[in-house]
Amino acid sequence: MTERTIAVDYLARVEGEGALKVRIHDRTVEEVELKIFEPPRFFEAFLRGRSYLEAPDITARICGICPVAYQMSACHAMEAGLGLRVDPAVRALRRLLYCGEWIESHALHVYLLHAPDFLGYPDALGMARDHPTLVQRGLALKKAGNALMTLLGGREIHPVNVRVGGFYRCPTREETDGLRPSLEAALGLAEETARFAAGLTFPSVDEQYEFVSLRHPDEYPMNEGAIVSSRGLDIPVGRYEEEFAELQVPHSNALHSVRTGTGSGSYLVGPMARYALNRDRLGPKARAIAQEIGLEPVVTNPFRSILVRSVELVQACEEALRILGAYRPPARPFVESSGPYEGARCIAATEAPRGLLYHRYRLDADGLIADAKIVAPTSQNQKRIEDDLRTVVGRNLDLDDAGLTTECERAIRNHDPCISCATHFLSLDVVRT
Amino acid sequence: MPPPPRPKVAVFKFASCDGCQLTLLDCEDELLPLADRIEIADFREASSTVLDGPYDLALVEGSITTPSDAERIRTIRAHARALVTIGACATSGGIQALRNFADVAEYRRVVYARPEYLRTLATSTPIQDHVRVDFELRGCPISKSQLLEVLTAFLAHRAPNVPTESVCTECKRRGNVCVLVARGTPCLGPATQAGCGALCPSFDRGCYGCFGPQDTPNLPSLTGKLLELGMDRAALHRYLRTFNANAPAFRAAAEAVSATSGSE
Repeated sequence: MTERTIAVDYLARVEGEGALKVRIHDRTVEEVELKIFEPPRFFEAFLRGRSYLEAPDITARICGICPVAYQMSACHAMEAGLGLRVDPAVRALRRLLYCGEWIESHALHVYLLHAPDFLGYPDALGMARDHPTLVQRGLALKKAGNALMTLLGGREIHPVNVRVGGFYRCPTREETDGLRPSLEAALGLAEETARFAAGLTFPSVDEQYEFVSLRHPDEYPMNEGAIVSSRGLDIPVGRYEEEFAELQVPHSNALHSVRTGTGSGSYLVGPMARYALNRDRLGPKARAIAQEIGLEPVVTNPFRSILVRSVELVQACEEALRILGAYRPPARPFVESSGPYEGARCIAATEAPRGLLYHRYRLDADGLIADAKIVAPTSQNQKRIEDDLRTVVGRNLDLDDAGLTTECERAIRNHDPCISCATHFLSLDVVRT
Repeated sequence: MPPPPRPKVAVFKFASCDGCQLTLLDCEDELLPLADRIEIADFREASSTVLDGPYDLALVEGSITTPSDAERIRTIRAHARALVTIGACATSGGIQALRNFADVAEYRRVVYARPEYLRTLATSTPIQDHVRVDFELRGCPISKSQLLEVLTAFLAHRAPNVPTESVCTECKRRGNVCVLVARGTPCLGPATQAGCGALCPSFDRGCYGCFGPQDTPNLPSLTGKLLELGMDRAALHRYLRTFNANAPAFRAAAEAVSATSGSE
């Protein structure tokens, strides 16, 4: 056998539509293409001419899995460009809302999308027949995250309560207190999640990543911070486009992001990056669980990302409880801008569950968007996922096509790619020659 | 006697954000009992199992924006006994239908350095423009309780009980003070189909029409009122052109607003 091609036309258990093509020649991996055939929707084009106030509701529709991330990056960008300062209680509520999305999204990935790979099931529903308590625990955690989003946002998908300058309506202390029992239970479930994940069997893989995430002076990063990398980058968010560029490749509807001037340019955002660069910012309970399960300070085995997500679940529950305990409703739910808008450069990045999400807008004199640029986590990780796939294929050349395909799909799911977002973003096609 | 076979349900995605199919996974309390009653034959976001059709029920998310998707929906229809569209993309074309009022070639150039790599249509159109649809579930995103009602009705072989009245009726039932009348806050609730539970007015903001037009909307009256309240025409035009911009009643109202002002 000389030439071998493996094709997966439609990846399962990832959010959105993608495919993979691998070409192998004489036991050498020649080509790995992660294809994103999610149809383009042209958000950056139709945002032009819309009011800056519309950006949070419109950009939320880029992704049903992480709408809060889009709303947060859009709000922070506009506020930065217009010099708006929000009430500290509003800032805390935003972080609480984001905790809700992290809990919902990580619980979805850990239990419904990722765990079936380790336990050998095609999906969580099949897994539930043999492991009912496991799946019920995941669903209970997910529900606690969704309850947070529903209270603060009105609904878990495309919340209606977020606006530039704050919220339309802030919850009362009675309302937020009502969430505490479910979050206290969720914290325990998150710790159980980490213990469960620590008992899984992992292939031994050691990748060299350039990790990129936000870093905040005293918080585990979520809404703000400088952009840092494991290779010494440390820049304010406003300089993102000097250090990172988007490239278009013929095989994908998603743009590839690269770190300019660093060889291949691939880098990784998301939980593994955040944890590697911000372990010292974890709360006491998250730090304790990381220690209890023996999690290495820097995780370089992507299969072990499930452990990092578990630690971040503990972090998000712990942080949510802290915010709930300290909450006092702000005097005003939001602040408004009276301009001037002309030429305002509105830039922000926040940490979506899947990683850094960058928004940049320029406004005209009427406060309408003149141009927009949005860089989603999955388009940043796409090139790096292709690098991971090369390793996985190289290590598993003796597997038949079906076995190799399974390993490739697992390698992709390790990074929880959200393909709907990546479009401007996946079928497996393996060619062996 | 062996149990009767469970109906085969498949979930398909076209141009969309994945939020409406996620609504199914967001039914945390109902998901496992539901999975005992139906056989998930194809649901790529949640499962690696893919069973061939025919399907008893196909849930379709997303709009048609590429030549290949226009073909794919015909194949799905041919293999589905019942086809239900879920969400604003599938029922009206979604936010991406804003291209229907613009120059797509220009859009491609704005977003992509090499537009020739893309295969895309000039329009984003709802599923019913392409194939027969048995039921449409509105919303951006759909409501969890309405989705469960559609699935329950399907399992019971009855018609879904999904109201087509306006958001106003839900506001009244919740006892909300009318944001439009009492505060002069622009609200599309009087012309928008119920289903969300009057969410936006309950959060002190006006409805932005994400469930699309109700069955008998009086948009000329509503847009007249909004102009009278001092909303400028350009802002009103944008207000009608969001997640259901291509729904006929909202499209016509937006066109009427811009025709009166003599510009779009």
